[in-house]
Amino acid sequence: MSEDHVVSLQDVEVHFESEQSLLSQLRGETEIVKAVDGISLDIPENDVVALVGESGCGKSTLGKTAIGVQRPTSGSVTYRGQDIWKAKDKDGNVEIPHDEIRQSLQIIPQDPGASLNPNKTVQHSLAAPLKLRHPEMDSFERRERINEMISRVGMSPPEDYAKRFPHQLSGGEKQRVALIRALLMNPDLILADEAVSALDVSLRIDMMDLMLELQEEFNTSFLFISHNLSNASYVAGKSDGRIGIMYLGELVELGPIDEVLENPKHPYTKALVWATPNLDPDIDDETESPLRKIDVPDPRNPPSGCRFHTRCPKAREACKGNTPEAVAVDGDEDHTVTCFREIDDHEYWDSPKLEDEPSGTESEPTALEDEPVQ
Amino acid sequence: MQRKRTKTVDDPIFEVRDTTVSFDMERGESKVLNEVNIDVDRGEVLGVVGESGSGKSMFASALLDAVVDPGVLTGDITFHPESGEAIDLLNLSQEQVKQVRWEEISMVFQGAMSSFNPTMSIGDHFRETLAVHDYDVEEGMERAEELLADLYLESEQVLDSYPHELSGGMSQRALIALSLVLEPEVLVMDEPTAALDLLMQRSIIRLIRQIADERDLTIVFITHDLPLVANLADRIAVLYAFEFVEVGPAYEVLTEAKHPYTRALLNSTPNLETPREQMRPIEGAAPDPVSVPNGCSYHPRCPLADATCERDDPPLESDTPEDGHVAACHYVEKVPETVPLTLQEVKVNE
Repeated sequence: MSEDHVVSLQDVEVHFESEQSLLSQLRGETEIVKAVDGISLDIPENDVVALVGESGCGKSTLGKTAIGVQRPTSGSVTYRGQDIWKAKDKDGNVEIPHDEIRQSLQIIPQDPGASLNPNKTVQHSLAAPLKLRHPEMDSFERRERINEMISRVGMSPPEDYAKRFPHQLSGGEKQRVALIRALLMNPDLILADEAVSALDVSLRIDMMDLMLELQEEFNTSFLFISHNLSNASYVAGKSDGRIGIMYLGELVELGPIDEVLENPKHPYTKALVWATPNLDPDIDDETESPLRKIDVPDPRNPPSGCRFHTRCPKAREACKGNTPEAVAVDGDEDHTVTCFREIDDHEYWDSPKLEDEPSGTESEPTALEDEPVQ
Repeated sequence: MQRKRTKTVDDPIFEVRDTTVSFDMERGESKVLNEVNIDVDRGEVLGVVGESGSGKSMFASALLDAVVDPGVLTGDITFHPESGEAIDLLNLSQEQVKQVRWEEISMVFQGAMSSFNPTMSIGDHFRETLAVHDYDVEEGMERAEELLADLYLESEQVLDSYPHELSGGMSQRALIALSLVLEPEVLVMDEPTAALDLLMQRSIIRLIRQIADERDLTIVFITHDLPLVANLADRIAVLYAFEFVEVGPAYEVLTEAKHPYTRALLNSTPNLETPREQMRPIEGAAPDPVSVPNGCSYHPRCPLADATCERDDPPLESDTPEDGHVAACHYVEKVPETVPLTLQEVKVNE
């Protein structure tokens, strides 16, 4: 738990009680969804991490936990060495007060329209964080600073935009106002949760470029959450950042973006790369689906062992029993993966291939010709 | 599984002529589809690509004569069924509407959840649809089970379920099966995979393609996501500011796009293969329907625009019509040099 890290997550678990049927309520049973199940992640200064996964994999919950708005069921979340929830509870020796931590960890939401007060002008919405962060500023200085930021994100003339209400802004403009509002708090980490998914394809690069320019200018770190691998790879790639792949509450692969894209190790990461639509019509599209099942299992009742084993094309009997730990890829500690196939002498290699029930299969069984890659 | 790749339209199932959808608004008349002309070939998958506010959903509604009030649909849309006489889609009697819609031309929208009645089981949706259209219910339900199985669903279990009991991907597939149970000739799909995850999206795209091949179905697939149709469509039609600006075989549109907008769109689309440093956003914004620029509607954003472009609206045409690749631009021959295609350049240099 080094203080070099802006935020450090250690063995974080977040559990929710799922909606219950009347029957299970009568029986006194509670169904638990482990939205995040034992994840550790360090975010240093000026770092960009993109989290990718299918809906329900827990990526948004992990993001909210990282910025201290979701309390973990177990494990710790620290900001510059200070446990965020101990600060909140005033438990022990609190070095950094909770208010300061909350101001340093900001969010740009998926739907900026819903996060801006429809009855307040842009000027008004943006003055609030300045009053908090810089109580010494007078209203003239605040106006100057706000106009400067509005021009900085490419909205001109700023005086005109400052007077507008949210409904007078386009989707991209609202997103820019949300970005300014987060930055005016002078944060160390911004969580961008599907921040460009609602924008038109042609506007996404523009918004992502802007986020990255400002990230550098303001020395903040970014946690960028997306279900779209193309967007995530753009953001992480342009900033030399990292990518984390999540599946059913677990971080299955983590590493530098180009390393992971060029040398994906987890079969799930490979499936995501396969599924990402490509603009190049010369790329052979007739390859079989790498998944054994199309549907994601019920997160209330996740598969035993490796959670991906029910869909994994490489699954063997050994995958049903034990849960794989994160291991370094080829000795590179920066690139980790939770798959037995990375361990050359694992019992996986001697265990028989997993046979599916007759129904629900979609790919031909592959022969047992896989051997550990030396 | 190589399907025939349509280049030109030889056997049109739809002929769309001068079709306009307009709304009378306080700020003036707003044309959300502006005199579009296009043919759809029998048995093809036509990808219609447009950003939000380009008129793509209006195009879908027009094909079903389902434009909602107070929108006014004018022009001609002719539908040529496999057998029987051509049908003038915009002048149908109530009885004909019932026959054509769903039985001949069916539709899938995004967000299956809102298309299902939450108080009815999925099976009842199928039974009701079959009964209302006077189909043999028993025979139809057999077809429903086959369709669901083709879409990798446990048919019995799904038919007994209520909509809320299915995941997003399952209900979207059930909706596709429902739209096909009356064995239509055409399926119009408006962002059918927009709310789905990558893997589900990709799987459904493959299934759609398979079904189109097996059942000789014509599909009009409407989306804002160009890469999605890159490997699905036979032809691609690009909408900008309520008009088609380019139509052509998918391969040619992707690798040798003729219109500056199509090229800019290709260069701005996040894609794993395109070098990140070379991706460029499109400057400016798409026009509002009440104030579409004169002349070529793309001219305020176009690097090639001059006085001609500001004055004259270029027709959608080509000097070599036999290629089936047309674009609405005055300077088609200058476009490749001015707006290079990043992905193609990279491939040439490799």
